[in-house]
Amino acid sequence: MAGDMRSITLTINGRQLSRDVETRLTLADFLRDHLDLTGVHLGCEHGVCGCCTVLLDGRSVRSCLMFAVQADGHEIETVEGLSTDIDKLHPIQEAFSEEHALQCGFCTPAMILRTKELITNDGELSREEIREQLSGILCRCTGYQNIVNAVVSAREKMHDPQVAGR
Amino acid sequence: MATSIEEKPDFKWIGKSIRRVEDPRYLVGRGGYIGDIKLPGMLYTAVLRSPFAHARIGSIDTGEALEVPGVVAVFTGQDCKEKMNPCANFGPPTITQYPLAVDKVRYCGEAVVAVVAESRYAAEDGVEAVEVDFEPLDPVVDPIAAIGPGAPVLHEEHGNNLAYERIFEFGEVDDAFREADVVVEDKLHWGRSSGMPLDTCGAVARPALNGSLEVYCNSLNFNFFIWLVAAALKLPSNKFTVIPVPAGGSFGSKFFAHKVPTLAGFLALQTGRPVAYIEDRLDHITNSDHHGSDRYYDVRMGLKSDGTITALDVDVVDDYGAYLQFGVGTHGNSLSQAVGPYRLKNLRYRLRAALTNKCQQGAYRGFGSEVQNWVLERMVDKAARQLGMGPEEIRRHNFIQPDEFPYKIPTGNIYDSGNYPAVLQRAIEMLDLDKWRTEQERARKEGRHIGIGVVTTQERSVFSSTEFWFWFDKPAFPLTSSPESVTLTIDPTGEFQVQMHSQAMWGNSPETVAAMLVAEEFGVDPYKVNVSYADSAHSLPGTGPGGSRFTVMIAGAVRGASKRLRAKLFKIAAHELEASEDDLEIVEGVVRVKGVPDKSRSLAELASTAYFFALNLPEGVESGLEESCTYDHPYTTLPSDDRKDLGVFYPFMGHACHIAVIEIDAETGTHKFLDYVAVHDAGTVVNPKTLAGHVTGGAAQGIGSAMYEELVYDEDGQFKCSTFMDYLIPTAMEVPEFKLGHVETPSPYTEFGIKGGGEGGRMVAPAAISAAIDDALSDYGVRITQLPIKPSEILRQIETGTQS
Repeated sequence: MAGDMRSITLTINGRQLSRDVETRLTLADFLRDHLDLTGVHLGCEHGVCGCCTVLLDGRSVRSCLMFAVQADGHEIETVEGLSTDIDKLHPIQEAFSEEHALQCGFCTPAMILRTKELITNDGELSREEIREQLSGILCRCTGYQNIVNAVVSAREKMHDPQVAGR
Repeated sequence: MATSIEEKPDFKWIGKSIRRVEDPRYLVGRGGYIGDIKLPGMLYTAVLRSPFAHARIGSIDTGEALEVPGVVAVFTGQDCKEKMNPCANFGPPTITQYPLAVDKVRYCGEAVVAVVAESRYAAEDGVEAVEVDFEPLDPVVDPIAAIGPGAPVLHEEHGNNLAYERIFEFGEVDDAFREADVVVEDKLHWGRSSGMPLDTCGAVARPALNGSLEVYCNSLNFNFFIWLVAAALKLPSNKFTVIPVPAGGSFGSKFFAHKVPTLAGFLALQTGRPVAYIEDRLDHITNSDHHGSDRYYDVRMGLKSDGTITALDVDVVDDYGAYLQFGVGTHGNSLSQAVGPYRLKNLRYRLRAALTNKCQQGAYRGFGSEVQNWVLERMVDKAARQLGMGPEEIRRHNFIQPDEFPYKIPTGNIYDSGNYPAVLQRAIEMLDLDKWRTEQERARKEGRHIGIGVVTTQERSVFSSTEFWFWFDKPAFPLTSSPESVTLTIDPTGEFQVQMHSQAMWGNSPETVAAMLVAEEFGVDPYKVNVSYADSAHSLPGTGPGGSRFTVMIAGAVRGASKRLRAKLFKIAAHELEASEDDLEIVEGVVRVKGVPDKSRSLAELASTAYFFALNLPEGVESGLEESCTYDHPYTTLPSDDRKDLGVFYPFMGHACHIAVIEIDAETGTHKFLDYVAVHDAGTVVNPKTLAGHVTGGAAQGIGSAMYEELVYDEDGQFKCSTFMDYLIPTAMEVPEFKLGHVETPSPYTEFGIKGGGEGGRMVAPAAISAAIDDALSDYGVRITQLPIKPSEILRQIETGTQS
């Protein structure tokens, strides 16, 4: 309902914060419009394109299909949580640029977060398995090949003790 | 992945796969898309759309909506009609359009009412509260019936639903058919898909000082036509400024897509406040300026018994939908490469443009030439089968040969250069065609159905504007300009700025290209070059991306500006070094006397002189280091008055060979890619990695158009796929791994020999896939004649083939 408000407390990119929000406010709009996390992109707002993907307690969710109040008490990570310093990118961000895994950039934050989730949780996937795991996020530019390359490359970087732990 | 792209040894940067300079901001979530722009006091827009294909608009009750908390204002088509002019329109003047429908709706999803509110949530609440009385009219859905007798008329002022008709004839077509040994015929249908970028069209308009209007917008190229949008809003051209905003993809769908910024501008002028109108997915999918081609063909091809193609007769009805915003330029594209890479001399092309109760049609990667490619390749394959020739054999037999360029095709367009046999050969080798043919035979014995589709198509680049009007004997505005501009600045500390003068990046790599070219010209680090985009109040003429033109045109403009800037640097340096300008060179950002490297000045030193020490400048040299260049299309000519020769309008002719290997499950009609090779020739390659990205991305969209994507209207004109659950964009699972190769035949007419390569993948893949499926199921006589190819259609044909 319009106007119904609730107070929520959650952790966003490592920082805890509290806000009063309309109960019908989507998590995506909360992140974009209230917290200026513009890396959350809205491509369809009906849960198919996946551009609004964020990590909720380490697992990918579509923030356009959740209300902000549902994230109360949870930890959210957006692409801004990896790095916002273009001179000190996260290894996954580096891999995406090196492999030319982005063109227009609109699906990129979602793909990067999904990559982080895959590398953290799913071990050594084959290229075919990586494709399957990425298939919940649409990319209209790349034809996916370079995104798969970036996932493989990022995994190697992350397993390199020099860069691991970031 | 075997990428084999030859590096160009003559260049320091051109030909190198450097990381894109655009990337960092996108990697950290700071893309600066239209949805990221927030202005103080900004209002938001939601639009009520027609639930009917064809209806009169009766009364509209906005009273309740205005009571909704947060709603500021509500506007209808009547408001538009009273306070503005019709929208910009390159089609017939009898087909007018406003950003909100006036009196009548002509397709399901057409905009009817705009609600402006303090938040998007409130605006959507307002839309819910608006009441509109529609009086449904009979819908016009079938384009053939639409132009037949008795069909309801969409635009009363136009009189009927035939928006355009013409027959072009080149050569002696009837004679050629009479003398042909073999004539193959077919009916083909290319179904409606669309660029469908993940970021929609959007605009934020702000009433600015002294009655001017500023519009942030991601969908206005052709900056020298932006006055048309101002005219629609009844503003003087100099009181309307567009600030270009990058977009998350276009693929044609943002090509001068002016309805969105026009509506945002109208709402801002009416409310006196900044207003954002950003399409949501429903807005975009139902109401984009640019659904893609939707064409019904009757085609005949004549050949000699040895396989020589002698004639092509194309009769096409194109379902343009309810408006004809861009005229029939998409068929100008078809005519630019109508005969493909083949020595075909006689061509007839009949076009009828039908108006129906569907969303209008416009640009989608290929701009209509991709459809002609598919049709031509379908016919070549049919002829080859009839003549018992292999697909590569009939193509080799008909190829224009490398020593025949520049080659004038029957329509009058010139192909600048090419080596079609080499491209085909490279693709055959990369695939190992013999291996796959052996495997195909082996599988066939096991009852498996593997098919190999080999196609060779053109990939025209860099349009000239004549293709939009040579359709008319007395065109209203026979435009011949399609320029691109660059301003190059060395700032007071010696750092480079490049300013481009058209729409900001749409997912292509204009900043990387510009930075690499500046690096090539001055020997500086491309990552130190800063790139920006001029607003329309400060811009030189720019046409923007489209028709694979941007890299070629930006290269021309950068080179022109570089020459001017270098000349000025040399004047200043010659004066300081007491040397002749002719004896100077630039090496790695240092101007020095040839053979005397010690006698030199760094760019920073010269910049310091240029900006701060006017008394040290040679006579007649002004302070500062900035030069611009407006680069016009380097090779275009007028059509002849009788239109027997359409002139040169798309001469930088890329080429490609795709070979798809597909297995079909004859029980389910489903498919699996087993291999896919794509070899392209886009002339001199600037950045192999970004070009490869266009090939794979374009091919993925080609797969979409060929097998998944369809904008469906039912018999009542109801739109059946308004979400991504119904409009199926290929995911990573549907797109195969591509093996990419490249052959370079530089253009003799462009700077550095570059040809455009932005669209190629989509211009080839549908034909390769169609051919592979035919080949896989040749035992059943399957022939693909319509796109998208559905498993149900494959099963239907298998069943028919089994019975016969």
